Amino acid sequence: MSKEPVAVTGVGQTRHVAARRDVSIAGLVREAARGALEDAGLTWADIDAVVIGKAPDFFEGVMMPELYLADALGAVGKPMLRVHTAGSVGGSTALVAAGLVAARVHGTVLTVAFEKQSESNAMWGLSLPVPFQQPLLAGAGGFFAPHVRAYMRRSGAPDGVGSLVAYKDRRNALKNPYAHLHEHDITLEKVRSSPMLWDPIRYSETCPSSDGACAMVLTDRAGAARAPRPPAWMLGGAMRSEPTMFAGKDFVSPQAGKDCAADVYRQAGITDPRRDIDAVEMYVPFSWYEPMWLENLGFAAEGEGWKLTESGATELDGDLPVNMSGGVLSTNPIGASGMIRFAEAALQVRGMAGEHQVEGARRALGHAYGGGSQFFAMWLVGSTPPDA
Amino acid sequence: MPDVLKAPLVVEFPFTRSLGPVQSAFLTGLRERVVLGVRTGDGRTLVPPVEYDPVTAQEIRDLVEVAPTGTVTTWAWNPAPRRDQPLATAFAWVLVRLDGADTALLHALDAPGPDAVRTGMRVRVRWAAERVGAITDIACFEPYHDAPAATAAAGAPRHDGVFDDPVTGITAAARLDYTYSPGRAQTGYLNALTEHRNVGERCPSCRKVYVPPRGACPTCGVATSEQVDVGPHGTVTTFCIVNIKAKNLDIDVPYVYAHIALDGADLALHGRIGGIPYDQVRMGLRVEPVWTPGARHPDHYRPTGEPDAHYDTYRELL
Repeated sequence: MSKEPVAVTGVGQTRHVAARRDVSIAGLVREAARGALEDAGLTWADIDAVVIGKAPDFFEGVMMPELYLADALGAVGKPMLRVHTAGSVGGSTALVAAGLVAARVHGTVLTVAFEKQSESNAMWGLSLPVPFQQPLLAGAGGFFAPHVRAYMRRSGAPDGVGSLVAYKDRRNALKNPYAHLHEHDITLEKVRSSPMLWDPIRYSETCPSSDGACAMVLTDRAGAARAPRPPAWMLGGAMRSEPTMFAGKDFVSPQAGKDCAADVYRQAGITDPRRDIDAVEMYVPFSWYEPMWLENLGFAAEGEGWKLTESGATELDGDLPVNMSGGVLSTNPIGASGMIRFAEAALQVRGMAGEHQVEGARRALGHAYGGGSQFFAMWLVGSTPPDA
Repeated sequence: MPDVLKAPLVVEFPFTRSLGPVQSAFLTGLRERVVLGVRTGDGRTLVPPVEYDPVTAQEIRDLVEVAPTGTVTTWAWNPAPRRDQPLATAFAWVLVRLDGADTALLHALDAPGPDAVRTGMRVRVRWAAERVGAITDIACFEPYHDAPAATAAAGAPRHDGVFDDPVTGITAAARLDYTYSPGRAQTGYLNALTEHRNVGERCPSCRKVYVPPRGACPTCGVATSEQVDVGPHGTVTTFCIVNIKAKNLDIDVPYVYAHIALDGADLALHGRIGGIPYDQVRMGLRVEPVWTPGARHPDHYRPTGEPDAHYDTYRELL
């Protein structure tokens, strides 16, 4: 028996900001979930199960927050699952929810991801003072910057590519009312002259710290038929993992990322991603990761990703728009960040992305990664069902 | 097997909580010696209150005031209180259904001993002398000898939840005490470091050498045991120049944070590069560790003066 096609009929998110002091964590996830239900034209009673994700519990210090969030998400008396895959968790949470629909375990599933970073300090949470170990000497960007340098060495990319990405994403964010950063006076010169924090990464090429939540309603064919607005159809989805550190690990283009993308493309019948995919929303916490992921995901040959960025192809009006929403560079509630990527892909093929809509987008890729390039989660969604 | 290292690990952080409307009213109420609950769609009164109806999932904003007296629904004796618990001497953990409420609140009961506690006993709030808008504004409960308050029968009266200067957030200090052990393989590595030696372990399957070793090969999933001396010289595979001062680190910026592949190791470890201007550090630079007395790890790595390693010799280690 083949799988049940999975449709996204509802998308909701909070207006992401540095600190949402007016709501509890429950109030935050509730806002996103209600938005998704309203979009789908459903009530709490229509939901069969809830799948929730967030980054490590130390980020807010509420252990197993899903227990306390059951009331807020209408999950009482229903199955509720928590997914945990570090920064990629928003993506893998959506995929676990989608699997429940595809397997016909449940007809309609609410999936939610969140982070309220203002309640803690993520950098603290990631650098606990483990005895006998040398402390991380460089802060958050210091973990990523050496990999960026390795990419530059390997590809011969010129110094300015990272600034081009940041300038593009911050301008895209101006078209997205949900984005955290709205830098109305952004210029390429400002990005280029922002302080060099972890050479080769500049201040304006790093992501912010945000409070926010994202939610989606995933449903079967019958649910999609009842939906008031056009659904997005899942054409492929996959997760892959690899150790954070091992001999032979390629931090610039991890094998798990390549394998994950290949699996998604095989499911969706994609043979040439550059030609067959209309828009990409990928997890770019530091601007240089755009050209790196363009290669890892097969949109450019190895060493050529930066040329795609430099050519303008990844601009909102280019032929392969990347991070139309403004991306992680403009909004980063860590646990939700992966799901925001997946949701943006869905909004694009539903034609509901507002001012940052890519005209005629029929197939869009959502991508998430996390945990020191350890976890990968991706889905490809389309405007028509997989068997159409 | 030599003794495995162990050390305490304390994880401690002052988390902040934005309360939202219901918890804000509840905690501000405690400061004013008022206990508030919420009325659910099916007419029950929940204390402590919740923001969303557990049955209908609807938002709840109907606040009611319940009595500071109630009945113990169950309890457990705590003979040895730990730090930050409500009372310093032995007490009972109790679930108290306050008069007017349908659910019970967890708190402490000040009682001389377990023989003085029973399910069904009557108790009342003992307010803290100084109240700030926190659950600890109820210092504890204490035994109480009287008939249930009239509110129990009449139903709890509504309350608008409005107070002057409401509490909107709290700081929730959390602390976890662990005993950390790095395990057999890392203990061997750390002990060798005290002799200024770097000892890795080789995977019996893929033959890769791991430094620091973790006792197993993450690729092959098999235990490693063959010890291999690596270094002391190594090659900078990649690096960044740190221009912002990290908290708790007494290093002047800018400095270079590098990935260093020690000779004979199959993956890089991380360290600081010194003894050379930061802007002259390059991929392929040959370095060696510099030790300071009493430190477990090298203070930094400095150039050896050897010619730079060719890119092809370390490209697989990036």
